[in-house]
Amino acid sequence: MNPIKITAPLDDEIILKLKTGDEVLISGTIYTARDQAHFRLVKLIEENKPLPFELKGQIIYYVGPTPEKPGEIIGSAGPTTSYRMDKYAPLLMQFGLKGMIGKGKRSPEVKEAMKKYKAVYFGAIGGAGALISKTITSSNVIAYEDLLSEAVRKLTVVDFPAIVVNDVYGGDLYEEGREKYKDKYR
Amino acid sequence: MRIIKSEEISNAVKNLIIHSSVNLPEDTYNGLKAAFEREISELGRTVLSKILLNAEIAKSESKPLCQDTGLAVFFVEIGKDVAVEGKNITDAINEGTRLGYSEGFLRKSTCDPLSRKNVGDNTPAIIHYEFTDGEKIKIMYAAKGGGSENMSVLKMMRPSDGKDGIIDFAVETMRSAGPNPCPPNIVGIGIGGNFERSAILAKKSLFRELNEPNADPELAEMEKIIFEKINNIGTGPMGFGGVCTALGVHITKEPCHIASLPVALNVECHSHRHSKIIL
Repeated sequence: MNPIKITAPLDDEIILKLKTGDEVLISGTIYTARDQAHFRLVKLIEENKPLPFELKGQIIYYVGPTPEKPGEIIGSAGPTTSYRMDKYAPLLMQFGLKGMIGKGKRSPEVKEAMKKYKAVYFGAIGGAGALISKTITSSNVIAYEDLLSEAVRKLTVVDFPAIVVNDVYGGDLYEEGREKYKDKYR
Repeated sequence: MRIIKSEEISNAVKNLIIHSSVNLPEDTYNGLKAAFEREISELGRTVLSKILLNAEIAKSESKPLCQDTGLAVFFVEIGKDVAVEGKNITDAINEGTRLGYSEGFLRKSTCDPLSRKNVGDNTPAIIHYEFTDGEKIKIMYAAKGGGSENMSVLKMMRPSDGKDGIIDFAVETMRSAGPNPCPPNIVGIGIGGNFERSAILAKKSLFRELNEPNADPELAEMEKIIFEKINNIGTGPMGFGGVCTALGVHITKEPCHIASLPVALNVECHSHRHSKIIL
């Protein structure tokens, strides 16, 4: 199956076309945030304060890269496990977030929020940080530099490889994939 | 009494850490290749081929295999006829850890458990010591990532649960972990000892080479059963569905209390970074 090329930020027209199991290549602008950055972003929303970037239509990539060597754009940059962001994700979707890239299962609340606010969860290949870093063509820390690898970065990506895990229709690749290959080992 | 300078230990540790971060060990690379051959899911094969390609890029460009360069875990065997001069061996290993993570441009992932403030130099390392004969020091190192470590479970089982209970516990733990620990995984199981000892045995089991048979035929049989059952769960590479969820199952056992059956399961991701040196 040929991967579907999509461009971030995303709009509903693209989102509605994406189905669980689709391979995608993402290009455009995405933002990084993981545990501590999510904690701070949600606190800002709760206090009605401005965010370090406009959430509307954006994709957040759950990643804490290795430090870049001199001359490198970014270090190794694969996905981290997403469930730790489950507590914060629905509020971010309510405020316009359209996509999340990570690895691993999401909570029922997050999956409900994806249907409600029309957002998609993409799975990237965990442990493929060197490979994925080659699709990142620019990286700038835009907030929370004190969080080191957990700082918020604005990334430009070209053909970033990912799979649609949860679509807006309630599909879940982790459940469907497991059902399909259950008891097929031998 | 043979004397080793603490700087020599620090330097060896630094080199182990930097080397391991970019070079996937041969046993793991071969295990992943075998998984690629075995996998029947097209998407699973795509994932495995990208994981193998990632290993090649990491090696050729000296770029970390994974951004989670782990907590530094060491099993150290110290001969009775060797002494360390300079710093004590724990400080020497921590110094090597500090240097390795800094000079190797690796991610520092240690933080205060409550404030979550990053320590900044990836220390302290987690170090387990054993004392042996001879005049050598053997240092075994693993970079242990958080995603797989988080899916690990320790259970104080009942003696009546027996082998079947242990097998069910292992399979259910991996079913529940699903896609989170970056499958295909290596599953380390420690049976016996006591509460903390079972966890150390589980961790140490991960250091056995993949596909090196268990010397104990009873444990080898249990490993085979658990391996098949885990691969029949359907999780597959990165959880997208498939028949390659485990790359290997390694069990170690030790005597335990007559009232207890401690069982610990330590999950390891496919980025199985481990190496050793004898000084």
